[in-house]
Amino acid sequence: MIRRLLVAAAVLTLAACMEVEQASTPERQAGQTVRRDTAAWNNEPLANGPKWSKGDRTSWEEQIKKRQLAQHEDRRIYQ
Amino acid sequence: MARMKFLCDAERCIECNGCVTACKNENEVPWGVNRRRVVTINDGVIGAEKSISVACMHCSDAPCMAVCPVDCFYRTSDGVVLHDKDLCIGCGYCFYACPFGAPQFPQAGAFGLRGKMDKCTFCAGGPEADKSDAEFKKYGRNRLAEGKLPACAEMCSTKALLGGDGDVIADIYRERVVRRGNKGAEAWGWGSAYGQPPKGGVAPAAPAGGKS
Repeated sequence: MIRRLLVAAAVLTLAACMEVEQASTPERQAGQTVRRDTAAWNNEPLANGPKWSKGDRTSWEEQIKKRQLAQHEDRRIYQ
Repeated sequence: MARMKFLCDAERCIECNGCVTACKNENEVPWGVNRRRVVTINDGVIGAEKSISVACMHCSDAPCMAVCPVDCFYRTSDGVVLHDKDLCIGCGYCFYACPFGAPQFPQAGAFGLRGKMDKCTFCAGGPEADKSDAEFKKYGRNRLAEGKLPACAEMCSTKALLGGDGDVIADIYRERVVRRGNKGAEAWGWGSAYGQPPKGGVAPAAPAGGKS
């Protein structure tokens, strides 16, 4: 009996040491990496800037990757 | 899926500080704060001098995110590590955790009082509305929302500093290394920032979901 009481007391005591959930902001949800920032591709492209379809991540990534090739001087010269 | 990274080619960097200037100008970074800086080792030693442009590397498993007591950091879908200045208390833990010394603290008053942390945003702004005045004042310009790459990488005259999708810059760098005969094959800081690639495999990808 005493042993059972000791085990129960130990369980209750250790429960106080458990780590609490640290999701402090209501915006955060499980599996969500972005809290409340707008994704870059959800913006309207500038009138004279690079073009992509607003809200289309693939087209935004394609134009970014194409733009990146300007950092590759060999391709930039021979293109 | 694009995963944004920086890579500095130490064989090419000539310590011109063009990246530092571009960053300060583009984001109107205040005095005393350098989001990007150029570090030179073996200064003056002929043949051994190397310069590296250093800023936040937007690590895959960012130590700053792990230690922040107010949990002000977050990661965007394209792998950029950003923070919320409304939550930051300027404690400086992130500065001690960061292997690149990226977090900067403006002086907020007398007696060395620290202001809110400031760091490279990969020219991706912050949690305020994209391209708004509030975002610009707190975090600088949001070039990614304009379909552009970070100003420092785009301004680099020798193309030593590469920035953008990790796969593309790794390809550019690989071609360079092959062309110059394996010289400078070590991509500086990539091991610390993005993890060492397993033997015979590729570098670990960004976490698919959840805060890392």
